[in-house]
Amino acid sequence: MTPELGQLALILALLLALAQGILPLIGAWRGNRALMAVARPAAAGQAVFVAIAFGILVWAFLRFDFSVQYVADNSNLELPWYYRIAAVWGAHEGSLLLWIMILNVWTVALAAFSQKLPEVFASRVLAVMGLIAVGFLAFIIFTSNPFARLLPMPGDGADLNPVLQDPGMTFHPPMLYMGYVGFSVAFAFSIAALLGGELEQAWVRWARPWTNVAWAFLTCGIVAGSWWAYAELGWGGWWFWDPVENASFMPWLVGLALIHAQAITEKRGSLRAWTILLSIFAFSLSLLGTFLVRSGVLTSVHAFASDPRRGVFILAFLTIIVGGSLLLYALRAPKVAAGKPFNLLSRETAMLIGNLMFAVAAAMVLLGTLFPLIGDALHMGRISVGPPYFGFLFPLLMLPVVLLLPFGPFLRWGKGDADALKSMLLRVTVAALACAIVAAFFVDGHMKAIVGVAAAVWIGVGVLLYAYKRWREVPRGRRYPAEMAGMLLAHFGVAVFVVGVLLSESLSVTSDVRMAPGQTQHIGSYDFRFDGAHRTTGPNWRADQGVVTVTRDGKDIAVMHPQKRTYPRGQVQTESAVDAGITRDLYVALGEPMDAGNIEGAWSLRLYYKPFVRWIWAGGLLMMLGGFVCAADKRFRLKRTVTRAEPAIETRLQETRA
Amino acid sequence: MRLSSCGSGFSRDAFCRSTQGASRLKPLPQGFLLRLLLVILFAFAGTLHAQAIEPMPFANHAQELRFQHLTHELRCPMCQNETLADSNAPIARDLRNQIFKMMQQGKSDDEIKQYLVARYSKFVLYDPPLTRGTWLLWFGPLLILLGGAGVVLVAIRKRGRMPANGSSGPRPSIDNGDDW
Amino acid sequence: MSRLLPFIGFMLLAALFGFGIWWNTQHDPNAIPTPLLDKPAPAFNLPKLYEPTQTVSKADLLGKPYLLNVFASWCIECGVEHPVLQAEGPTLGVQLVGYNYKDAPADAKRWLAEHGSPYALVIADEPGQTAIDFGVYGAPESFLIDAQGVIRYKHIGPLTPEVVAKELKPAIAALRKETP
Repeated sequence: MTPELGQLALILALLLALAQGILPLIGAWRGNRALMAVARPAAAGQAVFVAIAFGILVWAFLRFDFSVQYVADNSNLELPWYYRIAAVWGAHEGSLLLWIMILNVWTVALAAFSQKLPEVFASRVLAVMGLIAVGFLAFIIFTSNPFARLLPMPGDGADLNPVLQDPGMTFHPPMLYMGYVGFSVAFAFSIAALLGGELEQAWVRWARPWTNVAWAFLTCGIVAGSWWAYAELGWGGWWFWDPVENASFMPWLVGLALIHAQAITEKRGSLRAWTILLSIFAFSLSLLGTFLVRSGVLTSVHAFASDPRRGVFILAFLTIIVGGSLLLYALRAPKVAAGKPFNLLSRETAMLIGNLMFAVAAAMVLLGTLFPLIGDALHMGRISVGPPYFGFLFPLLMLPVVLLLPFGPFLRWGKGDADALKSMLLRVTVAALACAIVAAFFVDGHMKAIVGVAAAVWIGVGVLLYAYKRWREVPRGRRYPAEMAGMLLAHFGVAVFVVGVLLSESLSVTSDVRMAPGQTQHIGSYDFRFDGAHRTTGPNWRADQGVVTVTRDGKDIAVMHPQKRTYPRGQVQTESAVDAGITRDLYVALGEPMDAGNIEGAWSLRLYYKPFVRWIWAGGLLMMLGGFVCAADKRFRLKRTVTRAEPAIETRLQETRA
Repeated sequence: MRLSSCGSGFSRDAFCRSTQGASRLKPLPQGFLLRLLLVILFAFAGTLHAQAIEPMPFANHAQELRFQHLTHELRCPMCQNETLADSNAPIARDLRNQIFKMMQQGKSDDEIKQYLVARYSKFVLYDPPLTRGTWLLWFGPLLILLGGAGVVLVAIRKRGRMPANGSSGPRPSIDNGDDW
Repeated sequence: MSRLLPFIGFMLLAALFGFGIWWNTQHDPNAIPTPLLDKPAPAFNLPKLYEPTQTVSKADLLGKPYLLNVFASWCIECGVEHPVLQAEGPTLGVQLVGYNYKDAPADAKRWLAEHGSPYALVIADEPGQTAIDFGVYGAPESFLIDAQGVIRYKHIGPLTPEVVAKELKPAIAALRKETP
């Protein structure tokens, strides 16, 4: 009976979502406060029912209810309990349910924190969130029911895909969805602004912390996924420009542009239309990612039969939501350029160029990802677009961003100071050149590595110089408001990321080798000694485990245990062994016994020496932290008294805070 | 099973090929499709394999680097979300061996690519060559950039000429443009 | 007007997606169209499965059209295809040549003994080297080769009754029209 209750809960949630999506809109239009007041309780009720449905699915997994098709397909008796919980979002239906639950989390948070917003505006925002929920609830109920029964009930289930049986993979989807779905808040704000014609900049300030938090979660999700791919897949790579990765990267890029555009609009009142458009794009690309991943349009890459019904449903939903909002934008977007003027040399210009490059980069990723489809349409045969394309164009597009980044904070709004800029330019150039020359002695003449060091110093010194400037010029306590601290952290993260990428890409050493027990292989400045392999077992797998002892100049560094696991349903999964370090990772993956019958003999192994690879994720985490810190700024907390009466004056008051 | 699959333990055709026709073909293990489905759900789950590790007797280190670079730019025709370098599919192994052989014969990267394209079509090239058809792909971003730069320039010029007090009323006296 | 641009752009994108959904219902997204279509089949010289000392070359098979069917004992889908070949083989009007791909001869013989052989002749490519020349990347695959040794049709994946009726038979009929 219980699974049917889950389904019933979803249907009730859909009804509440309809109420939340429609009634407050009518209320806002007619000025009917009773209808507007429906929004909050409806949102809360919907969240409760979705949580019940989610709980029932978790419960079904925990008690091995294989009469539920989804449970039978994604778990079995041997799967440990923590992976049975993770299995809830291990496949299409359950992950869709997770998506909806996260949407509800955001909606409830919004309902709770929007008490001080003007009533009409808040009810429009919540209504838009409700309409999004309607689409997804209908999608899950009509095409992807996670509670469908499997009768007769099998004695045991299949298995959760072994690649997902990893802590990194457990956290990756919820974080990623927090980001994807979080952009719905900025989206709802801008749609509400368009609907109400409230194009004052106040709404942008309300939307900013939400955007920052969503973007930070998305960053976290991408970093977790990248880390997982590196540690788990055994290929030593951290980014593959795979269509599904690209689907998460596009909203990230647009979200990045949005964060900066919102700053301009909030502080200066200009670029209102562009900020609205970016808000729509960021969420649209999140939806588009969902479409690409679940419709099967691009699954040529992923080799699986998709249900065209799902594709059609999401496409219709996408067309209504995105097409509708872009139409609304065309009709209602502000037509007159407003806000304060700015010169060519100003912070606005620098941020605009950044925005342009992020937008073009997102467009490039979209074009590359979809081009195989365009190729089909134009009968060009099947075309592959892969890492060589993206890896060539993306750095080119980011070059101006890296060059401009240190100057952004130094430039003033409206009109920058050329002299200050010149002295600053001189300092970062000298620092970058000096470090590049020093680095050249250490990196064996690798141009890419030298450029990496120079770029990182360029950005890093720029950020530190600005931090120092604030320290010197501003009295204590007001030096680093959270918003600025977040900016500094995130920008510093870029420096860390850039140096990590370029150093690890250029200096990594990898080799596939055949090793008999006792044999030693020299990689980088390390000696890898293979001490043989043996069998071992885990909760639900058997494995061949190699033992590799690493020494450097005769000193023991690490003993590593790469595994090749076999799961109950016969799936084989590599577990690489990583010895992490700040300046380098050592990485060993176990291949196959060279003599099939004798696992104690020689094996093929892949050995890596990867300098500074950890800095890639450290940089990502700093960016994430920057996003969160930024959102915590006191300035973003709503004040009850002013917002409704005189937003313009309030804004100006806020701006005077140095 | 003598040949390992793309690493998943299913026979390789079951893994890579039967999925498409799964609606037509009954004898698949139950839940098979759904398990495949989750492969594509998450950004990084596109790859569920034990990787291919094959020591080869390279003539020198430069050749090994060249081999690594080349096989990373080629797409496995069987497990289509993997490069030839990474794939564990039998055909990927055969093709790697073939590439290795051709390198020993002194064939250039271009000759090797041509050899593969003649047999497996342009699909195997992750780096699509510039042709009339891919013109849009390679120059599209540049066009977008130029268009966007034009819009930005116009906007900046317009803003620069705007009256100093703009449309949002008189400027507060403390606005020195350095606020946060 | 310029405000409508994002909307128009998105609608084009949506149209492309609609096309993608439709296209994938019509095509196997995993099949890579062979560049060898309407080109002479590659030369080969392979041993017979049952008499390994004798080899069969491309020249030996000229003069009559034949269907070259790539199969292997480890391939699950070949088992799905097999009954179709058994049933439809005699009605095709062309000779069926089995191409045993990357298989141990003993396994292949056992498999054929168990399931029955629809083939007039079985050639074996245990190393899989010749298969690369044919652009084979898995099993099953089928090539229709005409009397002049030109590849006229290729199907990737199992032949189903539907594929046989809608694609293979018309392709064979077209051959007959040319050479009465």
